[in-house]
Formats: sequence, structure tokens, C-alpha cells
Amino acid sequence: MFRSAVKLITPWRLIMAAFLATGAVLVFFRFTRGLGSITNLSDQTPWGMWVGFDILAGIGLAAGGFVMAAAVYVFNLKKYRPIVRMAILTALLGYIIFIVGLILEVGRPWNMWRVITNPNIHSPLYEVSLCVMAYTMVLFLEFSQVFFEKFGWNRLMAVFHRLSVMLVILGALISTLHQSTLGTLFTIAPSKMHPLWYSPLLPVHFFLSCIAAGLGMVCFESFLSERFLKHPPRMDLLSRIARFMAVMLVAYFIFRIGDLAVRGVIGLAFTAGFAALLFWLENLLFVILPIIMVFRRGLNIGRTSLFIVSFSVVLGFIMHRFNVAITSFQLVKDAGYFPSWMEFVVTACLISAGFIAAGLAVHLLPVHGGETEKSKN
Amino acid sequence: MAIKSSGLLIDITRCIGCGACSDACKEINDLPPEIDDKLTAETWTVVREKDNDLHVRDLCRHCVEPACVASCLVAALTKTEHGPVIYDKSVCIGCRYCMVACPFQVPCFEWHSPNPRIRKCILCEPRVREGKSTGCAEACPTEATVFGDRETLVEMARARIKADPKRYHDHIYGLDEVGGTAVMFLSPVPFEDLDFNTDLVNYPLSDITWNILRQVPTIVAGGAVFLGASYWLFNRREKVKQAEQVVGPGPKKEADDV
Repeated sequence: MFRSAVKLITPWRLIMAAFLATGAVLVFFRFTRGLGSITNLSDQTPWGMWVGFDILAGIGLAAGGFVMAAAVYVFNLKKYRPIVRMAILTALLGYIIFIVGLILEVGRPWNMWRVITNPNIHSPLYEVSLCVMAYTMVLFLEFSQVFFEKFGWNRLMAVFHRLSVMLVILGALISTLHQSTLGTLFTIAPSKMHPLWYSPLLPVHFFLSCIAAGLGMVCFESFLSERFLKHPPRMDLLSRIARFMAVMLVAYFIFRIGDLAVRGVIGLAFTAGFAALLFWLENLLFVILPIIMVFRRGLNIGRTSLFIVSFSVVLGFIMHRFNVAITSFQLVKDAGYFPSWMEFVVTACLISAGFIAAGLAVHLLPVHGGETEKSKN
Repeated sequence: MAIKSSGLLIDITRCIGCGACSDACKEINDLPPEIDDKLTAETWTVVREKDNDLHVRDLCRHCVEPACVASCLVAALTKTEHGPVIYDKSVCIGCRYCMVACPFQVPCFEWHSPNPRIRKCILCEPRVREGKSTGCAEACPTEATVFGDRETLVEMARARIKADPKRYHDHIYGLDEVGGTAVMFLSPVPFEDLDFNTDLVNYPLSDITWNILRQVPTIVAGGAVFLGASYWLFNRREKVKQAEQVVGPGPKKEADDV
């Protein structure tokens, strides 16, 4: 008994527990002394790390859910079935964490229900809120098949099978809308953002990049799943996903560079300075390195390479969202914003909570299964 | 008679920097008397002295088509028919998108309150509704800030520039910026020298977002057709293949029946 208790305590779990405990204290301060007591936000920088990471990057990285679901259920790519549940689970957890993060991020969360009663359809943020609510429900329904299987509710499972395609198509549509609209949010501030990141076509940038990033995350979490849950990654599937991801990255990059060229600001990318440095670092991580590594080895890409590629994509994608939400504003008018350690801890808390929930779900539910479905077909 | 939308004309050539406008604002709006050096949740207008000895007021511009109003997802910010852009805390979520959207960096947030509000100049809305002037315009000893309906103020500004072109830089700031603002400025020097945002478009910023949001029905319809058709195509192909495996590549009609 003592031994099993020792086994429960691992370094990673200790770190996560420390984050959660500190986070709980910080959340207390946030709700009693205001957002200013734990964040470095100001009237000049109203949106900081929590918007950039928890919301923009988090939602984008969860895009693997709708892309994989569409691949399997709409485009009939059945071989990806073993991955689709994990992708949907990640998306669902991602959105739940995002909603929790939002409750901490907005100043008056008790008014959030007003979105339903006081809609302003002219606000891109209204569309985002509506879609996030709807899509979280869709994800929950999509994931419900795992519960049906676990508890042997075959009649509900049959109902799910009949509705699954409708559900997946609905999910893909809603995702397309809000992933792109997260970009639309920023189109209203042309004079406040650096031209290397501002574009009236930001919704297209956001949509194209989230597909690649979502797939990158699917690969990345497969490696995490191996490391922490001892579930070996399906290299045969991941290498194909990586190839499609690379194609999407090429499309994104052509669009990104073309957009800069058409707007006549591409010169800024070659003007020595912090902006150009950030621009190339972002694109090196998100696009250039992954494309080179994937196309050089094709489907024979090794584990280590694929791990590096997926990590690089995730990192570069987060950097893009940070640059849009924070850096591009600071480059125009430096408000000296850098996240406080407390902002980092709260974010780490949310990620830890996600890990714990994912670990529990994989232990308790047939997430890596889908075997019954396979035998039915 | 239609209600005329009000505004302010601020003539920087007349401002002596006495700060009476800030004091009056504090009193009328029940704000603590200390005046901050920039706009904050408790200071809704400031007068800043520039290097060239000019004094420049900062306050909400009460845009004709405000970005903050368009951006607010719950319509906590609204533009009244009298001109002011006002705020309703009872619906506000505190998302601060209005602060991101505002090209003049006007809305401020109560960062240290557990029950925070967005705070900014409301163009003395309760007074303006009753046909009275704003507190700042009434307090101004040199008529550097003048209250009136926007059309009259534009005419007044044009007349001043015309009457004394040497005194004024030939531009009314706020006439066309972001589709026009209710608070407009006249200056003796170009506005970039006064740190005004001169990088603004001449149409409402909400046009940009609305032109994108307008596409939503098309995207939904197009996407639904694309995904629906894809599903039909990719699954039918498989059914045909299965049928062929069972009965061999028979006539087309048989395959359809499966």
C-alpha cells in the first residue's frame, strides 16, 4: 500500500500539483483584487498572454479535432480511426480549458450569459462566443460515443452512428467559422498593429494555420501519450498526417508571403530589426523547418524527426498567435508589456489540468479504442 | 425635428492648459479629484503639454460609427442619438475587446477591482440628453472647447481655418478619420507633431469586420455543400467498390441498389 502511494508521486505530478496549488492562490487574488493584481495588463495592453496563449493558441491547436473527424467521417479515410478519438478528446479538453481560462480572463464573468440575451451580431467576438459554445457541445456529443462504448449503451451508440456524419459536418462548419473569426477580431485595429502581422485577410491566415497546427498537435500529443501513457505512436498514420500538414503549411506560407507582397510591406521582413527577427523566427519554426524535414524524408520520417517537426510547428504556431495578439501591438506602441510570473503560472495550471484530465480519460475510457466500431464495419 | 448629434470642437490654438475641463469633468462625473497624467478609469480627460508649448486634450472622440460599439459582443457600449457613446456595466463581460478596437486608446479598465468596469468619457450624456452643454466645454475659459451639434461645429472649424489660414494647419482632425468623430480638433501644427494617430483610414473601422462577417452565411452554405458532397462522393465510391467485390463488376444499376 505504501509502495503504491510512492508510485503515485512522480516528479511531473509534483510539478503539476505545485502549479495547481499556486494557481489556486492566484485565482483567489484575481477574484478579490482584480486582474491587475496578478497580471501585467494595463490600459495600453488590455490583452496579454492569456488571450495569446490560452485562447488564440489553445483554440488553434485544438483544430486537430475537427480536421481528423472530417477526414474519417466525411472523407472516409478510415485508417485514421485509431487517432480520431484522441484528437476529439484533445479538442474537447482544449475547449473546456479555454472556457475555464476565459472565466479567469474576462473581468465580469458572471455576465457571460448575456451573450445569449444581448447579442451584437456586428461583433466578431459574438460570433466566436456563439461558435465556441456550439462547438463545445458538438465535441461533447462527438466524444459521447466513447461513453456509450464504455458502458455498453448500444442503442445510443446506434443513434450516434446515424447522426455522426451530420455532427462532424456541423462541427467542421462551426470550427471553420470561429477559427477564422479569431483572426477577424484583430482586423479592426489596423493602425495599432505591425504590418507584418496585420492583414485584412487575417481570418484566412488563422484558418489555414490552425489546420496545420491542429495536425501538428495531433502528432505532438501522440509522442506525449507515449511518454506519459505508454501508448506507442502509430508512425504509419502520423507520417501521412505530417505530410498533409506540410502541404497545408506550404499553402499557408504562400498565402502569408503573397499577402505581404500584395500589400507592399514585404520589405519590412528584410529590414533589420526586432520585427523582422520575430517574423523569421516564427516562420522558421512554424513553416520552414517542418516543411524541409517532412519533405526530405517523406513517409519514412523517423520518430525523432517527426517529434521535432511537430514540436516546432506547435511552438511556431503559438509564436504567430502571440505576435498577432501582443507583439505586433507592442512594436507599434511599446507599452512595455511582458507577462508576470503569475500569468505564466495560471497558464501552466490550465495546461496541467488538461494533462491530468487527458490522463484520466485515457485510463478510464476507451479513447484509444474504436475497435468495436471497426468490427462493425 | 430630428435630434442633432452633438460633439465638441477643440481648438488647440486657444487652449492655455489651465485644466479647468479636467476639474469640471471630475466633479460632474463624481470621479476622485486627482488628475492622472493619462486617461485612466478615473480620469476621463487630460490636458497634456507638448514640447512645442501646445496643450492638447485627450478624451473619448465619440466616433460617428465607433469601433468599440461594433466590437462589443453584448452591446454594452452604445452610441446614442444625441451623440455620446455610453456604457452599460450590467451587461458588460469585461472582455476588453473595446480597448483593443479603439483607435484612440480611450476605454480604460478598473484593473484593481473585483467588480471592474470599462470607464471613459460619456460626453456628459445625462446633460446632453437634456440639451445642456458638456461640463468641460462649459468650464473652458477661452472657448478652446466648444459644444454644439456636429454639423455646426464642422462649419465653425472650416470658417476658422478660412478666416485665419496662417494660424491653423489646414485639417480638421475627426472630420473624416475612422468615418468621422463627434470630438474634433483644430491645430496650429500638423497633427503628427502632437502625437495624434495620423495613420487612420477614412471609413468606419467596423466596415472592415462587418465586410468579413457578412460572408458567414455564404461560407456556411458553401462549406455545407462541399462537405455534404464530399461525404456522398467518398462513401458512394466505397459502396460501389464493395458491391463490385460481392457481385463482380456488374451493370451500373445493380451497384446503385446496394
